[in-house]
Amino acid sequence: MIQVFAFYLFATLCIFSGAVTILARNPVHSVLWLILAFFNAAGLMVLVGAEFIAMLLVIVYVGAVAVLFLFVVMMLDIDFAELRAGFIKNFPLGIALAVVLFVELFVGLVVHGAGGVELGVASGMATQAADMSNIQAIGALLYTRYLFLFEAAGIILLVAMIGAIVLTHRERSGTRGQKVSKQNARRPEDATINMQPESGKGVVL
Amino acid sequence: MTSFFQGLGLSYEMAWGVATVCGILLIAFPLMLGVAMIIYADRKIWAAMALRKGPNVVGPLGLLQSFADGLKVFLQETIIPSAANKGLFLIAPIITFTVALMAWAVIPFNSGAILADINVGLLYVLAISSLGVYGVVIAGWSSNSKYPFFSAMRASAQMISYEVSIGFILICVVLWAGSFNLNDIVQAQKGHVFGIVNGFVANPLLFPMWVMFLISGMAETARAPFDLTEAESELVAGYQTEYSSMAFALYWLGEYANVLLMCALNAVLFWGGYLPPLDIPVLYLVPGFVWLLLKILFFFFIFSWVKATVPRYRYDQLMRLGWKIFLPTSLLFVVLVSGWLMLTRFGV
Repeated sequence: MIQVFAFYLFATLCIFSGAVTILARNPVHSVLWLILAFFNAAGLMVLVGAEFIAMLLVIVYVGAVAVLFLFVVMMLDIDFAELRAGFIKNFPLGIALAVVLFVELFVGLVVHGAGGVELGVASGMATQAADMSNIQAIGALLYTRYLFLFEAAGIILLVAMIGAIVLTHRERSGTRGQKVSKQNARRPEDATINMQPESGKGVVL
Repeated sequence: MTSFFQGLGLSYEMAWGVATVCGILLIAFPLMLGVAMIIYADRKIWAAMALRKGPNVVGPLGLLQSFADGLKVFLQETIIPSAANKGLFLIAPIITFTVALMAWAVIPFNSGAILADINVGLLYVLAISSLGVYGVVIAGWSSNSKYPFFSAMRASAQMISYEVSIGFILICVVLWAGSFNLNDIVQAQKGHVFGIVNGFVANPLLFPMWVMFLISGMAETARAPFDLTEAESELVAGYQTEYSSMAFALYWLGEYANVLLMCALNAVLFWGGYLPPLDIPVLYLVPGFVWLLLKILFFFFIFSWVKATVPRYRYDQLMRLGWKIFLPTSLLFVVLVSGWLMLTRFGV
């Protein structure tokens, strides 16, 4: 009863916020609705017992990706009239994409209804022990069977990260950066002198 | 608690609902009271270190000062700037306040006294604390004003930076405890060093992690000396500049609830949570939540002490500390801790 109620709450909110994401006039509002959709999707994940994926969804997408996204959208100087001008031009393309996505989803559901494809059962790895938590099950699979794929993914991400830094980094001359080691090495006696001038005399620096 | 309400003749679902609501209220009300008192304590400690008296007029020793302040802001008019994005402007403080309360759901107050005893407790804490930045960012943007916007950008960069190193620090703790469940983490600290000290902090490999966690916690909650987001000498009052009355009070309460949460996490992850400091039977006569409360208060004193004594960081120093010092060090310790555990616990 509570589960059914929670499911319909999350599902309705998820679809609603997804719809508002594309309908909202203001891009910042769109991003915020998108975040709400992520959040409700995480709720649905918890309901099916995939609490690890749900937490990762919130940490990675809501906590990091969407923040940067929001950041960029907020800093943009948005011209609403220009945004709406492209609507008619891109409308057919958008409809075509939507139709393709819908057909794929439909085919998938129909095939699943007709028996579906049993993925991963052949090797016997997809059945997990009942007393294992999500994290243990994923870890046991990821660090044994998929170890090389996991490491390859790690290396690809590392290369992407270094590549992004190399591409955007440029040495600029004439800037005055902070040299922290120099600042830390500075002592009070280097910068200050203690003088007791006679009254009316003043100090020569 | 569910079984207690079932015993009163309620169906399971009703009993579960009532028990959950009771649990939430049991945490939220003492927490709000605690926040009110901790604001008073913060001002008193700060005053004592500056050789002032601090609040001493309302009630005995000024104990009711926070409630008087609360009443004052409650009765004030809420001012909404005409250029602000009204809906988001009002939602932002509510987000901050709600998120500050949500994370308390997984804190164990005693063995078994925990609202949501979930497997991924620590990940939940991370997820919720990463939501905290939205209250600030939305406030900065919807105020439609320069300084709040600068502050919002600072806040988001700061919180994201320190979350990275906090994540690695937590990984070390999780590796050692072998669980993401906060109750299991506390239990794993029982008699951790020489079978007598309760707490990961006495472990030489985890002690540096605790120091970094304490400092990162200050940065994450934007407490002094890392309160760049509300640096009054540069940004007026930061993202709170345009806020008044209850909306402002919600930020205030949320901020202190977050600070208390950081203190509680320090206690739970490194100092044995509800366990007494030493694994001696006599000490277990004191109830667990008293130990937890004492530890939280101790850490809050450290937070106040730092606030009163350390000057504010410059923004580039803050970023350098987060990315160039904490991140590599915590990464190194993840390797060290996992290597050590592989060697001693699992065999090579």
